[in-house]
Amino acid sequence: MPIAAESQSDHLLHVLYTLQQQHQHISNQSINQVAAEFNLPISQVIAVAEFYSFFYRSPRGRYHLLFSNCTSCGYLATGKNLLLALGQRLGVVAGETRADELVSIGETSCIGMCDQGAALLINGLPMVGLDADRIEQAAQLITAETPIEYWPAEWFYIEDHIHQPGLLLENNGSPGDSLRVALKCGANETLKKIQQSGLRGRGGAGFSTGKKWQFCRDAPGLEHYVICNADEGEPGTFKDRVLLQNYAGAMFEGMTLCAFVIGAEKGFVFLRGEYRYLLAHLQTILRQRRQSGLLGKQILGQNSFNFDIEIVVGAGAYICGEESALIEALEGKPGIPRVRPPFPVTQGYLGQPTVVNNVETLIAAAHINLHGSDWFTVIGTEKSTGSKILSISGDCLSPGVYEYPFGISIQQVLDDCGAANVQAVQVSGPSGKLLGAADFKRKISFEDVSCGGSLLIFSQHQDLLAVNRNFANFFTHESCGFCTPCRVGTQLLKNKLAKIINGRATVDDVAEIKHLGLLTNQYSHCGLGQTAANHILHSMENFPDVFAGCLTDNSYTPQFDLDAALEDARQITLRDDDAAHLKN
Amino acid sequence: MTTTKIRIATTSLAGCFGCHMSFLDMDERLVALLEHVEFNRSPLTDIKHCDPCDIGLVEGGLCNAENIKVLREFRANCKILIAMGACAINGGVPAMRNHFDLRECLEEVYINGTGVEQPQIPNDTELPLLLDKVRPLSDVVQVDYYLPGCPPSANDFLRILSQLLEGKQAVIPANSFHFD
Amino acid sequence: MQNTIIIDGQEIIFKDGQTIMDAALAAKIYIPHLCHYPGLTPHGNCKLCTVNLGGKSVSACTTPAMSGQQISNNTAELNEARTTVTQMLFIEGDHICPSCEKTGNCKLQAMAYHLGMLDEHFSPFYPRREIDASHPAILLDRSRCILCDLCVRASREIDGKNVFAIAGRGIAAHLIVNSSSGKLVDSDIDVSDLATNICPVGAILIKEQSYTIPIGKRIYDQQTIVEVGLQEAISEKTKHDHD
Repeated sequence: MPIAAESQSDHLLHVLYTLQQQHQHISNQSINQVAAEFNLPISQVIAVAEFYSFFYRSPRGRYHLLFSNCTSCGYLATGKNLLLALGQRLGVVAGETRADELVSIGETSCIGMCDQGAALLINGLPMVGLDADRIEQAAQLITAETPIEYWPAEWFYIEDHIHQPGLLLENNGSPGDSLRVALKCGANETLKKIQQSGLRGRGGAGFSTGKKWQFCRDAPGLEHYVICNADEGEPGTFKDRVLLQNYAGAMFEGMTLCAFVIGAEKGFVFLRGEYRYLLAHLQTILRQRRQSGLLGKQILGQNSFNFDIEIVVGAGAYICGEESALIEALEGKPGIPRVRPPFPVTQGYLGQPTVVNNVETLIAAAHINLHGSDWFTVIGTEKSTGSKILSISGDCLSPGVYEYPFGISIQQVLDDCGAANVQAVQVSGPSGKLLGAADFKRKISFEDVSCGGSLLIFSQHQDLLAVNRNFANFFTHESCGFCTPCRVGTQLLKNKLAKIINGRATVDDVAEIKHLGLLTNQYSHCGLGQTAANHILHSMENFPDVFAGCLTDNSYTPQFDLDAALEDARQITLRDDDAAHLKN
Repeated sequence: MTTTKIRIATTSLAGCFGCHMSFLDMDERLVALLEHVEFNRSPLTDIKHCDPCDIGLVEGGLCNAENIKVLREFRANCKILIAMGACAINGGVPAMRNHFDLRECLEEVYINGTGVEQPQIPNDTELPLLLDKVRPLSDVVQVDYYLPGCPPSANDFLRILSQLLEGKQAVIPANSFHFD
Repeated sequence: MQNTIIIDGQEIIFKDGQTIMDAALAAKIYIPHLCHYPGLTPHGNCKLCTVNLGGKSVSACTTPAMSGQQISNNTAELNEARTTVTQMLFIEGDHICPSCEKTGNCKLQAMAYHLGMLDEHFSPFYPRREIDASHPAILLDRSRCILCDLCVRASREIDGKNVFAIAGRGIAAHLIVNSSSGKLVDSDIDVSDLATNICPVGAILIKEQSYTIPIGKRIYDQQTIVEVGLQEAISEKTKHDHD
């Protein structure tokens, strides 16, 4: 099967990607070449190449496999360590490249395949439904150097799993319908409709879409821009993948609608690198829309209405889901969140007024404009109108995509997806809320439990501390490193959690991790750090026994493993006498 | 005049004895101090093991297994444990070896060093084994007070001991100490 | 009517375009900071200048002053958090003062003095980062870098060069040099550049100069970081008044 076609765009991220495809890494020579071509300082090109996880400064294997480490689609999801198994089978250590440069393996943050079983990216292409058997077969194919297009197609087949369609998933209007309505009633009326619908951002923050468009429209600037945030990186979230696969037309329509309202001529879709395989499909739809006069010059014959969309593919950085970090990435820089204010609506891409909306938000906007705001407001609650599309995975019978009116209870969702004996639900991914049974009666809405689109379900047999460890690793890996509390705090939280999990922690260590968690949340620069300790704090609050259960009675325990700290010396001196050991 | 004196133990682990030297810089003030304190285990007395003490002053960080055993003896026997000087607090100058692997350090000294005859890394069981990294005291035991400085001055010692002798909490105000 | 904000109960005047930090320093109110330097674009990465604005934590150096703001700065809670953040900076790198040429002139050290930080509290990371001694007159020891970005901004905004950048992500973030070899010797840095001299810690050092002033007679042996911080603001203002 074909690898996604190359993008034509000359964006810095794309050029680096292409060079890496040619040389298995980004060499110093490539850096110099790109710096010269883009007239950028060498240091900026290096800063970009070293910021994004999918760029490598030393050669990867010709088969490069990145296992998801998500709790749902990760390499531990089947109960066996598939990463370790493949590494042992092929004689390669995670994070390294085999000497013959045939293969390299590693792990990466959630790749959004949470309803597809354990999954990995092989040369950027998602391979799903992994088990020990499939790993063994893959090892044989790699050893035989069989090109990936000859591997079994079903390994790469990604089913939609739309189990419960609603307002948006049931409607996939004809291309241009919504735009025609907009042209008929004008930008003011269109904006009014969006405002009256009460639509709020579906990415999680829930800012009023109508207000955002209005602010941007009113902001002075040489240009205005529309950006679709398709950098769905929150572990456990995959609804945008399904939307991009099936409803991209409506999404582009929503972007075009926004452009019409705010006066933009250029839009971007920032597609997460994990979804690069969708690029060819998205470009096909863009082409069709251009051919149908729905994009480009004089859209639908309207003289002054010019707008087109470029897709920029990310390269593995969760932080780029934060809108200002995303804009930095679009500008060819490391994805470090900006100081806010100013907000993107007044100073966004290239300093110009910019709307950044989530995939689902844009699709909803297109439908609202077509069907009217009442069509939307009759569903949901007072402050959370319309529906919410959820990605559901973890311990349930039917993982997949579910669309509900806002106000649905967590318990109802659990019943519908066949989740029994549930210990905890992580709402909205690691940065969200970890809730226990006492909270299952609560409702998904901005008024109660807000949700960016995912529910990770953990049954009674799951070790919640292992979940915490997974999330702590995630934030440490994804912290951009800009501010002290997040850069160092996430690392300290991870270390402290490891001490607790290893059974070496005291009551004071638990007090300390709480103190650290509160500090990291309160003093970090952006949403990543401000939510990085949520999972630990919620765990302590909602599942106090989990932490209390593994503490030692000692009043103070060492911060490191004393005996292990002598291991190097034992090996060097070949000693193993009593004095060559320490009790912890 | 108190009948029972406050009992103090001191030791130098991975340090240079500079803190002890600075302690002795109290000079004649030591005489007055000795009216209220007595020294138990200490390089000053050559007593080799701790009896139960009121205050333990530990200089130096932890570079080997022996350091950890001594530190644990101090913690077990001293009501108040003070980390004195930079090395005890954060590893200090000896921790500069943490830039290198232990093997690199030992080979540099015992194998590749200039003037080495019969190159061999010592492995006698009498020798304490080195930790992979030099560590601060607080990585292994609870420390009650920190007295920064390289070394802390005689005045610093006198101040903290005076406070503790009066049964007060030791307080070192901001801008009244130094790390060098 | 004048524009005023209130910091710890004290009402101060500010000019349009000033941040809370600018206004505070101009009014001789010290807000702890390491990554801020008057005259350079504020960055907001160290988070020491975090103040409380109407119940929210904000960086004083990047938050515009706006009339009527009620700000808490010198509170026990904020200073405790600042101490923790300072401890984080200490343990993240190698800050062994007795072995560092910058001792006595180091702002990180002076910040610890100011906050009464007696120990690092956390287990040190002891990172291994590359030293660049290639330049005949300037040394770069990355193990002491606190990623404050001051040299990056000073080079770009004042020296008119672009010698430094920060690369990498998270705890692996590190300072890089903009030259084909990545070494300082192949960059266009000069000893007299602000970038060479602005480093608050001992990461960028001028060679063969470090002991001309003995330990005990250095900046923070004589003055506190509060005094120095306020002076920096005054000298920057004087410079502007002459422009």
